[in-house]
Amino acid sequence: MPKDEIKDFRLVGTRPNRPDGLDKVTGRARYGADITAPGMLWGAVLRSPHAHAKILKIDTSKAEALSGVKAVVTRADFPTGLTGEDWNLQENTMAGEKALYDGHAIAAVAATSSQIAQEAVRLIEVEYEVLPHVTDVDDAIKPDAPVIREGAADATVPEGMPPNVVKYFEFGRGDVDAGFKDADLVMERTYKTEATHQGYIEPHACLGQLGADGKGEMWVCTQGQWYIRQMCSAVLGLNAAQLRVTPSEIGGGFGGKTTIFMEPLSLALSQKAGGRPVKIVMSRSEVLRATGPTASASMDVKIGMTKDGKLTAARAEFRMQGGAFPGAPVDMALYCCLAPYKIDNVEHIGYDVLANRPKCAAYRAPGSPMGAFAVESLIDEMCRKLDLDPMDVRLKNAVREGDQASYGPTFGSIGLAEVLEATAKHPNLSAPLGPNQGRGVASGYWFNHSGETSVSLAISEDGNAQVSVGTPDIGGSRASIALMVAETLGIAYEDVRVNVVETGSLGVNEPTHGSRATFASGKAATVAARAAIKEMCRRAANEWGIDEEAVEWVEGAAQPAGPNAGEFPPMSIKEIAKNMGKTGGPISGHHESVPEGVGASFGCHVVDVEVDPETGHTKILRYLVVQDAGRAIHPSYVEGQYQGGAVQGIGWALNEEYVYGDDGRLQNPIFLDYRMPVASDLPMIDTQIVEVPNPGHPFGVRGVGETGITPPLPAIANAIQGATGVRMSHLPMTPTKVLAALKASQE
Amino acid sequence: MSKIHVTTVVNGDEVEFLADPRETLLDCLRDHLGLTGSKEGCGTGDCGACSVTVDGVLISSCLMLGVEAQGKKIETIEGMANGEELHPLQRKFIEHAALQCGFCTPGILVAAKALLEKNPDPTETEVRYWLAGNLCRCTGYDKIIRAVMDAASEMRGAA
Ligand code: FES
Ligand code: FES
Repeated sequence: MPKDEIKDFRLVGTRPNRPDGLDKVTGRARYGADITAPGMLWGAVLRSPHAHAKILKIDTSKAEALSGVKAVVTRADFPTGLTGEDWNLQENTMAGEKALYDGHAIAAVAATSSQIAQEAVRLIEVEYEVLPHVTDVDDAIKPDAPVIREGAADATVPEGMPPNVVKYFEFGRGDVDAGFKDADLVMERTYKTEATHQGYIEPHACLGQLGADGKGEMWVCTQGQWYIRQMCSAVLGLNAAQLRVTPSEIGGGFGGKTTIFMEPLSLALSQKAGGRPVKIVMSRSEVLRATGPTASASMDVKIGMTKDGKLTAARAEFRMQGGAFPGAPVDMALYCCLAPYKIDNVEHIGYDVLANRPKCAAYRAPGSPMGAFAVESLIDEMCRKLDLDPMDVRLKNAVREGDQASYGPTFGSIGLAEVLEATAKHPNLSAPLGPNQGRGVASGYWFNHSGETSVSLAISEDGNAQVSVGTPDIGGSRASIALMVAETLGIAYEDVRVNVVETGSLGVNEPTHGSRATFASGKAATVAARAAIKEMCRRAANEWGIDEEAVEWVEGAAQPAGPNAGEFPPMSIKEIAKNMGKTGGPISGHHESVPEGVGASFGCHVVDVEVDPETGHTKILRYLVVQDAGRAIHPSYVEGQYQGGAVQGIGWALNEEYVYGDDGRLQNPIFLDYRMPVASDLPMIDTQIVEVPNPGHPFGVRGVGETGITPPLPAIANAIQGATGVRMSHLPMTPTKVLAALKASQE
Repeated sequence: MSKIHVTTVVNGDEVEFLADPRETLLDCLRDHLGLTGSKEGCGTGDCGACSVTVDGVLISSCLMLGVEAQGKKIETIEGMANGEELHPLQRKFIEHAALQCGFCTPGILVAAKALLEKNPDPTETEVRYWLAGNLCRCTGYDKIIRAVMDAASEMRGAA
């Protein structure tokens, strides 16, 4: 597909009402906690008050004796002998020999009411031996830090590294030292970002049932029902196909609902309680203490630039902690941080470090925001030093199709230059600024992802289409998939119903993650629709007694492909459907693959802030998101992704952080203290959708969910420097920190 | 703990339930009356997902005990539409794509309705401050604010 070919679609690119809208505005939509089952019990979880402690003894006898309690489980009820990530998941689900962080699950109870379950949890007696702990990444990487787990380092870690380093990354190309010599300005800085939480408003909730025969069912709010199935089965030693997992409507995920936390506990409790279903709903403080926030990072960056703005070399060395388990996205951060730039000499080094914090999960473009904060901040500072326009410098060094990415592969069709050009022309970039006001720009990158995908489509008796997809709809993917299927079949948008189905209905699907739902499920649904069309053309050909190849599909009907094919009036999808029982049976199409042709997405944000010199408070005055969508199938939901991502990034930049006390306990496990942006903190979020179609998708889709959280962190820091002259290098940029920096700069 | 019998009016219907004195109004709506449209996002009064009105006053139902509902008039999201006919706010939320996951939506609709009853012509700033107690993590609020402003303008036109 040529880059700038904008096709005229009948439906793609329009903004119909979403199919689940009515249920959601009337309160009917059923989320994780909204369902009950006959004979249902309520579960509750006892959690460690210590950041690091040996579990000497758990006495559950008083809890078991409480009337109404039907089951209590501890780690002793789980199978042993797991290894690798299965062991990590099991250990995180329920502590074994040690509690590894404040909030780590120690035991769980099922009872006839939620109140009794809570009461029973308080009756469980645990003897701990408290151990020294560490929560900060720079402390955790010290050679004499408390050791979280002996022997957890993998083969990438060279001999002699500090004990909490569990993975080590090193890659690059060219000669960075020579590159720095070619530069007119070389600068080196250290940056820190704190852990933040995805902050979905719906706490984790599930209703699990498991019989003595190993057959089970689960209703759960998740981004990926097959991941839940696979992980619960691994942790509990079950046969995966015997567990049927149905996803509820999901109240936000952002990556945080792609893994398990308390889900296996509901199954273990259910089995112990004779197969009665057990519902577990997390409280907000459980969500913040014991689900998967993102990593915190400490990062050194060194960059060389000529006086006309050419980047000559870059070196990035990142340290991240992602809790008491391996998996901080330090590799992703390194891959993404320099991706918008064509630089011949690059070096990347990364350390994944254990600390006494909850096991991190994915959070929207995992790793990319931290890396961008470091690199985009430094580039901006260098532009200011050399008196260069930051947009010019970004455009001058922008990667284009055919360039080798900083992390190795060669870029296919990408739209960074188009994004930067559109940004430079946007009126926000020339809005006048007053005193104490400043403007910042920054770019961001995300690969986007495909993954295992299975979709099935069936034509109903009346000629409508039903589509079964395995990717839960978080931000409007049912609408976008219905648009693509309706476009392909030549029928109305309203005549397509897209269902997110349970694990028993389709082959394995990866979750809705990596911005993949509209790309991968959309592509598979389009291929499935084409298969159904082929079958409908065949039925018409049989009816007319002509060759199948002589029939084409136009506007929802089969018709002879040309004058030579014969003279027949078009046969509509409704007619074909009505007769399908007599012409060969049900008509359907399906597609299973790991769809190829993922298209990466770049974005650029422009923010204007005003900093109050007396309080240090930063107010967002204007905000612009420009991003390449490939093609916007439903532009309103593309804008929604841009806006939502930007505001999460604003929260990360200005307010949000996990605050641990000296005791290693989380100090702010409620929304009052874990302060996310509210409506009165923000202006409208302006968006501009750039469309450089992805040739790897039938409609050009790239995936839009993640890139948008990346630029706000540096863009706001850059704007604060513009407003105050002060460079903030440690997030979040709270009023207290900004005020201290202002004071220090005046001394 | 022995339970307490509560009689109250929800969305115009008289209802009764037995409440554990520790249960919140939100628990009672959801677990005893099957009205799961009101959501629990925090349980501490910080997210607004549980917003309902009690005798016309907007509250967080996670902060009121179920037993306190005795003799009160409660309105929840389930009572917002008039049969098949959506409230203009509900319609505008769909039209403006003002929801993604939709989990915050019931609370925001209930809160926005309470605003428009007090102030039919709010400025953007007034809408933003009124809804500052309702967290939405998906949308960045932009489309929510537009939907509320548009519904207000339609309702003023219709009046
Ligand atoms: S659940 Fe009541 S305010 Fe959050
Ligand atoms: S739409 Fe998801 S929290 Fe508001």
